[in-house]
Amino acid sequence: MSAGVLFDAPGPKARMRHRVLGAVGLLLLAAIIGLVVWKFQQQGQFESSKWTPFVHGEIWNSYLVPGLMGTLKAAAISIVLACVLGGLLALGRLSTVKPIRWIASVIVEFFRAVPVLLMMIFSFGMYVKYNVVPSEQAPLAAVVTGLALYNGSVICEVIRSGVDQLPKGQGEAGLSVGLTEAQTLRSIMLPQAVTAMLPSLVSQLVVVLKDTALGYNVLYAELLYSSNDAASNYSNLVPVILVIAVIYIIINYTLTKIAQWIERRIARRGRSAVTGPDTGVGPGGPVGGPDMNANTVAG
Amino acid sequence: MQIRKMGGVAIVAVAALGLSACGGDDSGSGSGGKIDIGIKFDQPGIGLKQGDKYSGLDVDVAKYVAKELGYSEDKINWKAAPSKQREQLIKSGQVKMVVASYSITDARKKEVSFAGPYFIAQQALLVKKGSGITNLQGLQGKKLCSVSGSTSATKLKAKVPGVNLQEFDTYSKCTEALVAGRIDAETTDDTILSGYANQDTYKGKLEVVPGVGGDEIYGIGIKKGDKATCEKINSALAKMVADGSWKKAVTDNLGADYKLDAAKNPPKQDTCS
Amino acid sequence: MSSLFDQFDVWGAFWMTIKLTALSAVFSLLIGTVVAIMRVSPVPVLRFLGTSYVNIFRNTPLTLIVFFSLLGLWQTLGVELSSQLPVNAFRFAVVGLSIYHAAFVCEALRSGVNTIPLGQAEAARSIGLTFGQTLREVVLPQAFRGAITPLGNTLIALAKNTTVVVTIGVAETAYLMNKVNEDASDQLTNMFLLAALFFVLLTVPIGLLTGRASKRLAVKR
Repeated sequence: MSAGVLFDAPGPKARMRHRVLGAVGLLLLAAIIGLVVWKFQQQGQFESSKWTPFVHGEIWNSYLVPGLMGTLKAAAISIVLACVLGGLLALGRLSTVKPIRWIASVIVEFFRAVPVLLMMIFSFGMYVKYNVVPSEQAPLAAVVTGLALYNGSVICEVIRSGVDQLPKGQGEAGLSVGLTEAQTLRSIMLPQAVTAMLPSLVSQLVVVLKDTALGYNVLYAELLYSSNDAASNYSNLVPVILVIAVIYIIINYTLTKIAQWIERRIARRGRSAVTGPDTGVGPGGPVGGPDMNANTVAG
Repeated sequence: MQIRKMGGVAIVAVAALGLSACGGDDSGSGSGGKIDIGIKFDQPGIGLKQGDKYSGLDVDVAKYVAKELGYSEDKINWKAAPSKQREQLIKSGQVKMVVASYSITDARKKEVSFAGPYFIAQQALLVKKGSGITNLQGLQGKKLCSVSGSTSATKLKAKVPGVNLQEFDTYSKCTEALVAGRIDAETTDDTILSGYANQDTYKGKLEVVPGVGGDEIYGIGIKKGDKATCEKINSALAKMVADGSWKKAVTDNLGADYKLDAAKNPPKQDTCS
Repeated sequence: MSSLFDQFDVWGAFWMTIKLTALSAVFSLLIGTVVAIMRVSPVPVLRFLGTSYVNIFRNTPLTLIVFFSLLGLWQTLGVELSSQLPVNAFRFAVVGLSIYHAAFVCEALRSGVNTIPLGQAEAARSIGLTFGQTLREVVLPQAFRGAITPLGNTLIALAKNTTVVVTIGVAETAYLMNKVNEDASDQLTNMFLLAALFFVLLTVPIGLLTGRASKRLAVKR
């Protein structure tokens, strides 16, 4: 049900009322923004010394662009690893061998229940203590570990629900032409499931990208961290945070739109993407598409 | 077409990244090679990354020592050495030395060796000019800011029980809150606080209240048991004091009104072991 | 393990996490419902504001929002929620968490609205109910039921996301873990396992309960 059916097409009177309401809403918003701007002004947040760095190249070249690169690098490595891990775990959970299924389930449920930040702090502590990776790489390794384990588990569930949503006949047909369970899964179920899940996978990328900001806590030089260094140099913490918020929003909004576009394309080809509220999967619940993805709530 | 173009850009970008990554790797020792030195990147007056340049007391000390070890300024690779990572950076050999307001403690001596000390700082308070807070007693019932997990706040809390503490993850945030008038004081080493008080944006707005806690003895962290390097650094430090560079570095970075504890500074170098 | 409890305030940290979760859950539900109503309302401006809210806050890292609730609201705007700074930081943590998760609550409710057959609203309108009445009497009660599972997921995510407020110095589980890492790193593994167990015990029941509730309360069609 879309919003449009909740109310009648507005007549002249209602239109008037809506306009008034709209104007009041806008005025209220303008008043709030005005108050905020005024207060910011009072606190000197609009002093030109705090904003001019952004028109010179230095803050971008030395802090924000390298930071953004760090963010993208961590996100890229994490999503690749998460896809691999998610695929393996999904094979495990869909396996016909009980112990494998059981082990995969425990792994998935565990990593979905533990906050990503705690995993990062823990793995960082371990890497540093036992010198598992060169200490310069320890922050990146910790970020990737946390993100890959969590998102791998989520992707596993996405794949599983994708397979579950396929018409039963698909699997039965595979078996009836003499394929084994594994072959059916590999050559019939998974390819279809993965196509249907593409939007969810892209929107999972939004989660990963946002969560790289947690790397800040384990000293990983991503966008948030390097913006802090920048703020120490230019003493303009609030402006810097506003600017990087805009950067994050633009990137993530674009990714969300791409996910929706893929979803529409798939829908046009006559298949349904794995989205929406009715793909319930276990205690963790459903794994939704870009528009309704409760799993993208991570920090 | 579009895609091919983007591919081209991506390849160039990757190549550039690869090249820049290689640039950082040729960090062998020897006269022609480079030296890796760990400093703070976010502490004005101590070690601050300013675009692609670096400034601060630690940076000046590091430059002088490096020069004495045979590395000119352009042969130094500056690396970020956040507090949590300093021991690891040294132990894994990724930096030759760490000069990052690194206090010499017995616990740390178990993992790394220290050359120096080159400076003795003290715990202090940073307050707004004219705040009326002149000593520890003035802090009663006031709002104080410090960094999570720092010892200075814990020490102060024990001395002034009524204090109201906000913890952030960087001193820069504390300083912002202080300037905005949300907190009354910020506490850590007087060097770090002077760095903020002297930063252009804050100049004339803040002042340091000295002498509220114990000494912080800054040393240069090196690989455990590297006696040869330790001795070379120590003689460099002695020379730095003797030729007046040390004094200049202190006033340049901590400001003319920094209250140097002349009884303790410049400190005498410990014997290397 | 016992020395962990002697040395650190483990229960205090866990209790803080629970408090953050519970309070933020209530506020994000309230804000999220308002935003959801705005998004389905007949007034275009309100729809636009609601959509903007969701797009802005859903696409910003939570860490940034939590920072900004303290830096922007407290530090710059001078809003103080308590004269006791730790309490103040805690309340702003709740503000940040609520603002962020409200965007997801809104989307969960919208998905709940999507489960309601068209005829319901049409019937309501045909007997002359206004938009407000349609929403209150017909749509929202069903939408909440239909949205129980996604709301449950948001609650689970919220519980885990409370760890992010460590950045503004609220003494919850991640704060404790940082402390253990610094002061007693040999206890880190124990601490992690304990914290993991705590979160499993916190989130798995939420999932099971909401799963059961959504089945039981499902609107029969």
